[in-house]
Amino acid sequence: MVETETCKMALLVQADFDGELDAVQSMEMEKHRAQCASCQRSYAEMALVRESLQAASLKYTAPAALRDSLTRGKASSKVPVIRRLAWVGRPALSFGLGAALAASVMLAILPGRDNGLVDQVLASHVRALQPGHLEDVVSTDQHTVKPWFDGRIDFAPPVKNLIAEGYPLDGGRLDYLAGRPVAAMVYMRGKHPINLYVWPSPGAADSAPSNHTRNGYNMYNFVHNEMTVWVISDLERSQLETFVQLWQSVN
Amino acid sequence: MPHLDAAFNLARCLMRNAHDAEDVVQESMMRALTYYRSFRGDNARAWLLQIVRNTAYAVFNVKHGTSNPANDDENTLADLPDLSDGPDILLMRKEHRAQIARLLQGLPIELREVLVLREFEELSYKEIARITETPIGTVMSRLSRARHLLADGLSRESISHG
Repeated sequence: MVETETCKMALLVQADFDGELDAVQSMEMEKHRAQCASCQRSYAEMALVRESLQAASLKYTAPAALRDSLTRGKASSKVPVIRRLAWVGRPALSFGLGAALAASVMLAILPGRDNGLVDQVLASHVRALQPGHLEDVVSTDQHTVKPWFDGRIDFAPPVKNLIAEGYPLDGGRLDYLAGRPVAAMVYMRGKHPINLYVWPSPGAADSAPSNHTRNGYNMYNFVHNEMTVWVISDLERSQLETFVQLWQSVN
Repeated sequence: MPHLDAAFNLARCLMRNAHDAEDVVQESMMRALTYYRSFRGDNARAWLLQIVRNTAYAVFNVKHGTSNPANDDENTLADLPDLSDGPDILLMRKEHRAQIARLLQGLPIELREVLVLREFEELSYKEIARITETPIGTVMSRLSRARHLLADGLSRESISHG
């Protein structure tokens, strides 16, 4: 392989691509790329590699037999410890508002740009599932969640409560998608969080939900009352579809 | 069981055959149970992946007397992950997929692991540095090299998924 001349900024440009830089540094890298052919090339190269790996769906999942043998447990006395492990990765739903807000503002400025919206939604969902990141306002009451968005975002997102239908509202937060701040609402189905993202699309016609699958997560997106909506969860598709239909039908 | 798929994916990418990967995951889960009390971080997945990685290297060491799980498996492509249904399948023909898998598996282990942790597990540089027990600067240069090699291979085989 011929080693082409690489720019001394190459690793920083890569860090930008990987969402490791803050907003200021990221803008500097963007400016740098605009005038550096070598970094433009390597940025495109990184995007191509990412796209190819994702499109190839090369991520392995554990064989059922392995899962079974581990879940049944070798020594029953150790099973409770496995269960404890299971809880560590779960979102801390009642995390302090201040810290969560600070964390989400930090995270909001680090979206992987140049990814498709599907990837952005997936990345946002996965980030939100990290402990303490799921919600900035924790409430099951839409009359608490809706006013919370006032002054934080330049539109009034539709906040619906589907508790009677088995999808209780769990809270909301600000997020950043498609190059703009968006409202994110969290609904729960059992222990499965559903992230619903909304932002205005003035003039857009209502559209039927279209389904996407990425890394085992199901997503739907559609336009409803001039709002673009994305829904993502690890719920199975039919359940998520039911949720989407309910959400559309409830005022 | 959470993180089991992540654990298996890493083991599978490191070990290159499904049977060894299952052994590594079994062993890792037992270690995770044993050491769970000493876990103090907030990212159980990264912690588990570190155990998987160490176990993979240890298992390979025992089997082959080398610390580098090298290309030893002729049927790496025999068990590509099943494609679940979904529109993504249509994006890429089967042989292209196999080619990309082959390119990935062809990377040296230390490059492959950082790329897998970054692109499949979406871990931060800091987390990858901890898992692979290398400085962040090394993670960054390995990641860059891994991507460059893969991009090179892609353009050589002119694989595109369009």
